[in-house]
Amino acid sequence: MDLYEYQGRELFARHGLPVLGGGVAETPGAARAIAERLGGRVVVKAQVKVGGRGKAGGVKLADTAEEAQARAADILGMDIKGHTVHQVMITTTADIAEEYYFSYLLDRANRTFLCIASVAGGMEIEQVAHEAPEKVAKVLIDATKGVNDATAREIVAKGGFPAEVADQVVDIAVKLWQAFVAEDATLVEVNPLAKTGDGTVLCLDAKVTLDANADFRHPDHAARADQAADDPLEQAAKARDLNYVKLDGEVGIIGNGAGLVMSTLDVVAYAGEAYGGVKPANFLDIGGGASAEVMANGLEIVLSDPAVKSIFVNVFGGITACDAVANGIVSALDLLKQRGEDVTKPLVVRLDGNNAEEGRRILDSAANPLVERVDTMDGAAQRVAELAATGV
Amino acid sequence: MAIWLTKDSKVIVQGMTGSEGSRHTRRMLRAGTNIVGGVTPGKGGQKADFDGNALPVFNSVYEAMAETGADATVIFVPPKFAKSAVIEAVNAGIGLAVVITEGIPVHDTATFWAHNVGTGQKTRIVGPNCPGIASPGQSNAGIIPADITGAGRIGLVSKSGTLTYQMMYELRDIGFSTAVGIGGDPVIGTTHIDALAAFQADPDTDAIVMIGEIGGDAEERAADFIRASVTKPVVGYIAGFTAPPGKTMGHAGAIISGSLGTAEAKKVALEAAGVSVGKTPSETARLMREVMLTR
Repeated sequence: MDLYEYQGRELFARHGLPVLGGGVAETPGAARAIAERLGGRVVVKAQVKVGGRGKAGGVKLADTAEEAQARAADILGMDIKGHTVHQVMITTTADIAEEYYFSYLLDRANRTFLCIASVAGGMEIEQVAHEAPEKVAKVLIDATKGVNDATAREIVAKGGFPAEVADQVVDIAVKLWQAFVAEDATLVEVNPLAKTGDGTVLCLDAKVTLDANADFRHPDHAARADQAADDPLEQAAKARDLNYVKLDGEVGIIGNGAGLVMSTLDVVAYAGEAYGGVKPANFLDIGGGASAEVMANGLEIVLSDPAVKSIFVNVFGGITACDAVANGIVSALDLLKQRGEDVTKPLVVRLDGNNAEEGRRILDSAANPLVERVDTMDGAAQRVAELAATGV
Repeated sequence: MAIWLTKDSKVIVQGMTGSEGSRHTRRMLRAGTNIVGGVTPGKGGQKADFDGNALPVFNSVYEAMAETGADATVIFVPPKFAKSAVIEAVNAGIGLAVVITEGIPVHDTATFWAHNVGTGQKTRIVGPNCPGIASPGQSNAGIIPADITGAGRIGLVSKSGTLTYQMMYELRDIGFSTAVGIGGDPVIGTTHIDALAAFQADPDTDAIVMIGEIGGDAEERAADFIRASVTKPVVGYIAGFTAPPGKTMGHAGAIISGSLGTAEAKKVALEAAGVSVGKTPSETARLMREVMLTR
């Protein structure tokens, strides 16, 4: 889960990192109140999880609280690259003398964590690495040892930080590592890490990604989940513990296992090329135990998507038994009927693996006119694309 | 022969008395796996019954190894306890640890991996978040259904469980030496490259199916390895061409970050290394069938 900048800033502050004073507001009035509290010149920043907001007009200076209110009114509701601005962060300003870069992140290839530090901050680090690789220090971190004062000094030396800020950057490096571990983050990025006119080093931005697998030891993380930015169908699916991602096509997809479902999306998209570019409408992995209830919940979410014209249920029974899946489909359709849902969209079902024959028999004998059984994954993809395109 | 897991492997199950652990212990026993005991701290000295087969329960991996000579462990413990379970297995010096558990925080995985490396990398860790290893007709360590296919001469390595099953099913008449599910997490103990190297060295494997998916650059690195070090034919499949960037697609590691980790880049890299990449699982199976039948 990616945090908003204001959430990252709060997280940094909680772990003793130096940040500017500030607050977050959802209305111009609230923005004014924060600006009054802070006093003097402030910066009003759109809170969106996408880069380039400055260029898009989402970051403005304000000399007075009235001006802060006006700038907040301009920015709130703005669309930045498809993201609507619901919140603005108001902070005091800093007189920046130098801009540096500092981050810790997961390094998949090396199966550990990586520190990236540079005295050339304030711009995209990828660009710096490309244009002036000698200015970018990369230090692998041993996950069992972490970052102590000595490691931090090594990073600061490799990054070529000026002597007058070295102690401050070392302190920040150690605290940032502690925050990275304590919060189960996969990324903490400070860009810019700035030296102000009086020589103080401050974290002026805070980009944080948290590991959802670690939510069990962070009850507070769920509260940061971003309801407003999620698609309503994704929200409904999340509430039912379903692994669902909304896409922009017409064929609803339900399957078991992440790899098989991803593969199903691809196979449907290929088949759809012959039908005017029919595409998958969603990713939905019902996982190992596909009970009737899970199937009903999944079908209900997919059926409630107005973009969906046909549905492909693609199951390879490993541990999951196909007869249970078939029973799940049959009773799910009954259940939805009882709930008063108007189920009219056709389903194409492909079952293979554990107890597939029994599963197929159950579907055949239920003889629901909406359910069509196809033997192979490719054949089923073909048929479901055709149904989405032509309705028959 | 097969790789890493054979009929001679003596397997223990960490978390054997839990619901998942006991269910799959029963399945593994039925598949012919030589399971010699289980580990549940605090339940040492008890026996656990599986269809009349009473298996001893030990308090620790160390004790289980000392008593039974076990050389492999399958780990079913919940995410919260997985890190200490793996570290315990590593400290006991077991040769193979198959971590089935899904949902382990990546800091925990990175820590047990670093611990394994720091102590001389004596343990081959497979997973986490994987279906395990199956050497049909010999042994089965994990949750891969044992009845899909029999023994044969294809080796398979995959990030995905159900795609592994699908591929084994499509090629069930030809059969497999070993199928390794390496898992869909961002940090995993055994990579495509490890499996490719082992299959290349295995006299009982003639050709290799490699299944990848979006996220990271493991497939690109595997392509470099194939070009340099694999002479046996490799057929590939990549899932996730239609996945949008920035969204986690079921597996914690299946995410395109910016322009990194796309299916297209992986396919291009594999093809450049001489790997035939199928457009669908069925086409991939057909490509492998041609390889095996024209040998």
